[in-house]
Amino acid sequence: MTTPADHTHGLDPELPLLTTTVEKLVQWARRSAIWPAQFGLACCAIEMMAMAASRYDIARFGAEVFRGSPRQSDLMIVAGRLSRKMAPAMRRVYDQMPEPKWVISMGACASVGGVFDNYAIVQGVDQVVPVDVYVPGCPPRPESLIYGIVQLQQKISRSRP
Amino acid sequence: MAELRTETMTVNMGPQHPSTHGVLRLVLELDGEVIKSITPTIGYLHTGIEKTAEQKKWQQVVPLVERMDYLGAQSNSLAYVLGVERLLGLEMPQRVQDIRVCLVELQRLASHLLWIGTHAMEIGAVSMLFYAVRERELIMNINELVAGFRFFPSYFRVGGLREDLPRGFHEAVNAFLDRFPAKIDEFEGLLSKNDVFMRRTQGVGVVSQEDALAWGLLGPIARAAGSDYDVRKYFPYCGYETYDFDIPTATEGDVYARYRVRVQEMRESVKITRQAIKRITPNGAWACDDTRVVPPPKDKVYTEMEALIQHFLIYSQGFTVPAGDVYVPVEGPRGEHGCYIVSDGTNRPWRVKMRAPSFMAIQALPAMVQGGLIADVVAVIGSTDVVMGDCDR
Amino acid sequence: MDSQTIIEALTPVVPGAAYEAAASVDVPTIYVRADQLLQTCTALRDTPALRFNVLVEVTCADYHPRDPRFELVYHFLSIPHKHRVRLKVRAAEQTPVPTIQQLWPAAGWLEREVWDMFGVIFDGHPDLRRLLMPEDWEGHPQRKDYPVQIRKAAQTYEPLEISEAEFKANMERDRVKRTTH
Repeated sequence: MTTPADHTHGLDPELPLLTTTVEKLVQWARRSAIWPAQFGLACCAIEMMAMAASRYDIARFGAEVFRGSPRQSDLMIVAGRLSRKMAPAMRRVYDQMPEPKWVISMGACASVGGVFDNYAIVQGVDQVVPVDVYVPGCPPRPESLIYGIVQLQQKISRSRP
Repeated sequence: MAELRTETMTVNMGPQHPSTHGVLRLVLELDGEVIKSITPTIGYLHTGIEKTAEQKKWQQVVPLVERMDYLGAQSNSLAYVLGVERLLGLEMPQRVQDIRVCLVELQRLASHLLWIGTHAMEIGAVSMLFYAVRERELIMNINELVAGFRFFPSYFRVGGLREDLPRGFHEAVNAFLDRFPAKIDEFEGLLSKNDVFMRRTQGVGVVSQEDALAWGLLGPIARAAGSDYDVRKYFPYCGYETYDFDIPTATEGDVYARYRVRVQEMRESVKITRQAIKRITPNGAWACDDTRVVPPPKDKVYTEMEALIQHFLIYSQGFTVPAGDVYVPVEGPRGEHGCYIVSDGTNRPWRVKMRAPSFMAIQALPAMVQGGLIADVVAVIGSTDVVMGDCDR
Repeated sequence: MDSQTIIEALTPVVPGAAYEAAASVDVPTIYVRADQLLQTCTALRDTPALRFNVLVEVTCADYHPRDPRFELVYHFLSIPHKHRVRLKVRAAEQTPVPTIQQLWPAAGWLEREVWDMFGVIFDGHPDLRRLLMPEDWEGHPQRKDYPVQIRKAAQTYEPLEISEAEFKANMERDRVKRTTH
């Protein structure tokens, strides 16, 4: 059981001060307010919308609003199957996002091609963009995706800004 | 006086766009805000489902086909399953048909709920999405109760259903049906007399009945233009002729008329579901008797030799379907969903083609939007209720 | 209505017609020759007894080792008379099939998709190009001799880059001249 005297660093314990490092502060700010870009492709997009709705509210994790423009967002949740025709467009959207940016590959189709092992679907979006978190499922339950976002938040807090 | 350049501006509403209901690319040629021409490009979600289905056994195609129109998933699998059963010459017991009707109508409600949520959100009433998804979660709960999966239950199989209904199905459906009609009234109270909504949707995207039929647009779009074509009344399937329901129609053919038609369809779906759930007994037949197609119950598999052989054959090489082709239309939430199936007599399909109502709707989009504003494009796409998975397959 | 009745209704209207009724489990099915397709479809739409006013689907099936390898399938629906019909046209790889787009505008994209997926050429189609596959795709994917999975890396294009000198030159070129008159 620690007493307040242990954490005072020689300062008056009544002062309302919080000490931390710059890196921890920056990473806390980044992970607590991740705003996703709308990149719903197929069925997983509907589960992503369900996650943003009232039952599995994603706003309580910081993803307050889904930005329409990639230039104002930090996170791209690739929700759905990526076809070969869409791959250049997706790379273009990823390039338009400013640093720091993260990618969550949502669903089986985005992670490995899913049920569709054929000529039309890119077998995993990591052929096109670098992915931070893979969320399996077809489609993943909204709780799985929230777990994926929490994992991403932990990854951000572990990494250097 | 400086020379003013007057020329049309080409704007790309690219595949990634909040309001295009999926990955649809529209190249708009604009004179100010008025649209001079609009060129849709599809194919950004082409998944090759039809080609993949040729590699799978008959029963394995059901989950693939469900992922085409991902909002009305069970209409797709119903069309496919009815087609294969027609080729096999199977007759389903009455209870199976009633369960199928009940689940398909719930799926129609789920699809229309998401439609009203996203359509109103794009027109500006953002909170409608949250209202609608809240009700949709209850239907997802029912799906999860029945098959363990919120979205693509794959509950309809060739030969009947996957397994019997669980305990608690009737309570869940009845609880939903008791609560839901008041919610439809709430949605109508939010939107129907809303001045902004009316001004954004009345007179916009008008299509006449002849044009709708010439473009192949069947379903709520044709019904909002005056036609009364509904596959459930014209070519009944699954015992729909024994249910008592009406087909809502309107005459103006604009976005507001389609909105009213769909809201009324939600009420009719509630009516049908109430009748269906009264007929379904908690226990009973959940598949037809044909042992070539339906796997035998597990206790027989462990004790009887014939049942073991049957189970093994069905799950290892699948059943074979007599050669021939069939087209079965089904009334999906978007219009006429049909499945054209060609069999060559083996255990895998030769060709599976789904008729996609969203495909026809996007093809007709330039005709519907001609001379409107950019804001009208958003309203019209929302009113046609296109799903790109259905369009591109 | 069965196939025989429809053939009897069509034969006086379409001269020199050679129809074959085919067995089917659901709707009447008629084989039509490719060169008689347009007149047959016009007759189907306009004859009062038939009145097939909706084109529901145009699709194709590839029976590869057989010659002719393609079988185009047209589904029609008559709302006034509540019946359906299926027309089938046998086509080889290079057989041009007339387009029915002028009768039903719905056929435009349906035929384009058949071209994209199978390579059947439609004579007189105003806009026969790729619909579902990327524009520069080679091959027709739903043919039976096209593999299901091709091992090819996903193709993306380099981001558009423009040098500073070019940027400044573009700005100067588009600058409007202002004068006072």
